[in-house]
Amino acid sequence: MGVMSMEQPQLLSKIATGDGHGETSSYFDGWKAYDKDPFHITKNPQGVIQMGLAENQLTADLVQNWIMSNPEASICTLEGVHNFKEMANFQDYHGLPEFRNAVAKFMSRTRGNRVTFDPDRIVMSGGATGAHEVTAFCLADPGDAFLVPTPYYPGFDRDLRWRTGVKLVPVICESSNNFKLTKQALEEAYEKAKIDNIRIKGLLITNPSNPLGTVMDRTTLKTVVNFINEKRIHLISDEIYAATVFSHPSFISIAEIIEQETDIECDRNLIHIVYSLSKDMGFPGFRVGIIYSYNDTVVNCARKMSSFGLVSTQTQYLMAKMLSDDEFVERFLAESAKRLALRYKVFTGGLIKVGIKCLQSNGGLFVWMDLRGLLKEATFESELELWRVIIHEVKINVSPGVSFHCSEPGWFRVCYANMDDRDVQIALNRIRSFVMKNNKEVMVSDKNTKHCWQSNLRLSLKTKRFDDIMMSSPHSPMAHSPLVKAST
Amino acid sequence: MGIEIEQSHPSVELSSIAISETHGENSPYFAGWKAYDEDPYHEITNPSGVIQMGLAENQVSFDLLEKYLEENSEASTWGKGGTSFRENALFQDYHGLKSFRKAMASFMEKIRGNKAKFDYERIVLTAGATAANELLTFILANPGDALLVPTPYYPGFDRDLRWRTGVNIVPIHCDSSNNFQITLEALETAYKNAESMNMKVKAVLITNPSNPLGIAIQRSVLEDILDFVTRKNIHLVSDEIYSGSVFSSHEFISVAEILESRQYKDAERVHIVYSLSKDLGLPGFRVGTIYSYNDKVVTTARRMSSFTLISSQTQHLLASMLSDESFTDNYIKINRERLRKRYDMIIEGLKSAGIECLKGNAGLFCWMNMSPMLENDTREGELKLWNEILNEVKLNISPGCSCHCSEPGWFRVCFANMSEQTLEIALKRIRDFMNNKDRKDIEN
Repeated sequence: MGVMSMEQPQLLSKIATGDGHGETSSYFDGWKAYDKDPFHITKNPQGVIQMGLAENQLTADLVQNWIMSNPEASICTLEGVHNFKEMANFQDYHGLPEFRNAVAKFMSRTRGNRVTFDPDRIVMSGGATGAHEVTAFCLADPGDAFLVPTPYYPGFDRDLRWRTGVKLVPVICESSNNFKLTKQALEEAYEKAKIDNIRIKGLLITNPSNPLGTVMDRTTLKTVVNFINEKRIHLISDEIYAATVFSHPSFISIAEIIEQETDIECDRNLIHIVYSLSKDMGFPGFRVGIIYSYNDTVVNCARKMSSFGLVSTQTQYLMAKMLSDDEFVERFLAESAKRLALRYKVFTGGLIKVGIKCLQSNGGLFVWMDLRGLLKEATFESELELWRVIIHEVKINVSPGVSFHCSEPGWFRVCYANMDDRDVQIALNRIRSFVMKNNKEVMVSDKNTKHCWQSNLRLSLKTKRFDDIMMSSPHSPMAHSPLVKAST
Repeated sequence: MGIEIEQSHPSVELSSIAISETHGENSPYFAGWKAYDEDPYHEITNPSGVIQMGLAENQVSFDLLEKYLEENSEASTWGKGGTSFRENALFQDYHGLKSFRKAMASFMEKIRGNKAKFDYERIVLTAGATAANELLTFILANPGDALLVPTPYYPGFDRDLRWRTGVNIVPIHCDSSNNFQITLEALETAYKNAESMNMKVKAVLITNPSNPLGIAIQRSVLEDILDFVTRKNIHLVSDEIYSGSVFSSHEFISVAEILESRQYKDAERVHIVYSLSKDLGLPGFRVGTIYSYNDKVVTTARRMSSFTLISSQTQHLLASMLSDESFTDNYIKINRERLRKRYDMIIEGLKSAGIECLKGNAGLFCWMNMSPMLENDTREGELKLWNEILNEVKLNISPGCSCHCSEPGWFRVCFANMSEQTLEIALKRIRDFMNNKDRKDIEN
């Protein structure tokens, strides 16, 4: 038998050999820099600080205390092991009823009890990552498209497109009106798709927004609902950051619009919510994704598909117990909002002191930082140059706006909830030093048109079209966990 | 399923995948489950209910797991130097917990009597073998391509391999004339069949030990299959989910052993699927793995596993359990013994009722031959008999046609998902049924 190598690409599928996984991008410079040189307060105080990861670590102590005080919530303790056999055997894709009931209640609570959720409409998935893919499989055929307002979470490029063959059509939002979603932008995107012969099957919104950290106001939500109803397309509302909102204006769920707004007529069969416990509770490792649909057929279909990504019953059991502890949940949500508010205040306050502004926001686990003033030119190439400087000189991993498909260069997403107070101060100090040094050098070299920070650039000077830059998500399952290194 | 839409709105289309029936839930395999759900047997509250023998679950060794947990309570592990709850809850790296992968590799080696080595860096984690099989299909084949699968096969493959992937299954027909072994002739015929339908064959997928046959594939057959896929330059997927339930370890030969004996020549076309759902009886925990000898497949599968990761909480639990060597050695040994005992019991019981089974040596079920009982030697005849057994004898067993068996009259009967007492009752019901049939025949 001749030596036949299996390395020839055609021996794997097109899906396998393509780039749909989204990991081939210069974005990885940030991750690589962090992985090679991760910050540690004592072991590596000069290392790169990870601010590209949208995690919520501010309330871990509350959860830990609850775990210690409730041993029966685990099936691996003496108090809970009597339930082990039943849980280990239970593989019904409907999920544990007590789990669904607890999740429905929790979703309601995080919306101020202004709406209720039907546990029978709750479908499990492998994290929100899995939920988005399943939704795309249910609603669209290969070649169909979803409209997505920019800037948007980079993981969508993979989650919604990779194995499904579905396309994403951007709906451009601009800084001139604080990136609000407008009817005009929706119509423009829809019409353009029509001209390009692309069939639009749905609109995907993330509310509260990633990367903006803002909530959608009632008027915009109503505009959205009217739009999709008129065009007869689906609406998917990713509400994964629902409980990270820490001040006014409060979060309004699409569920509230559907259930309460009497001046809107909408076919409920078009409305679907994606949710998860990864951000609100800080449990990304537990892979608790939820699809909530008002469409019976979608619920049934998604449920069947959930066979490919069920939540471990061990985890369902723990979540059921934790989320039905009303007193704990109330205390947790209140404390979480408080701590996020304080962290936001400290971080943005520190930035303002050195003249760095962020988009006004009140949710998410990040800020949308405006560094347009530091760009050499208003181009994405300049943005990436600046980004590399931030990584290699300031030694902070932040996420460049181009990776979120932002239409304007100069914006960066910076996460602030995945570290402790002391580390935030260190990050702020570094930013302060960088800005001050930059200002000083600009003043000194006024004849020299080159800004000094450019000479320190270690660049891959190939320019990249921003569509080429696909990003791996820092918050969805990713290549290397910074967590293991970040723990102190 | 009803679609509740107000009549004033014309319905908005869902995807073709959503509308199709390829999810497979309308097959008789699932119809029996519904009958069981509506009237489930309970020794006290419903002694005349349907006994579930259509579910390949392993419930014979739970006490061993419970004992382990009692002695290694979780409360003692959180926060004491090792991983904290918080760290674990944050861990979402798609490589998976290293300690867990190492433990899985070592467990897989033990199951194969240490006759093959597994490198933990080649282990990719998925939420169950269901996800593993679908994921591999996405990686190895394009929509419209074909996988060759020996019949009879696990009904779930129709959904797992085809539904969302758009890939086809072309059967490799096996029959009772040689105990349903896979032959080179059958492989070639299936391959030509696929070609004649204009489908590119991308892989052969075998289940070893076989579901529903309950037999481990012989070494010479495995060698033939490996040679076949090499000749055709296609992949081989070996689903070894039942590898730990072989009644004696020397009777199971994994494709891993053969590759090792060939110094891993041409190994990059081979991929093994495993899970803890059957061997450890933990289907609810969704623990599946792909072990591939192909670097690109490992990398790609790992990225794709983002859609179907194993809960870090579960990884943490199993990492400690499976690295406890005295626990695993003991478990594997005792589990095998108990399964063999169960198997002997059901074979004897069926024999005394006049029913023969295929001689098996693995799995949680036996492959029962009821073809002499058929009125008509057809699929309809088989379904008629199956309905009788479901509704009169009140046993849910799986008809061979749901496993795509080309010969009517065979049934898969599970024996490890119930107590011994319940199994006795099931056997008694079968004996009574057969006696009545004999009497009716004599009367006629």
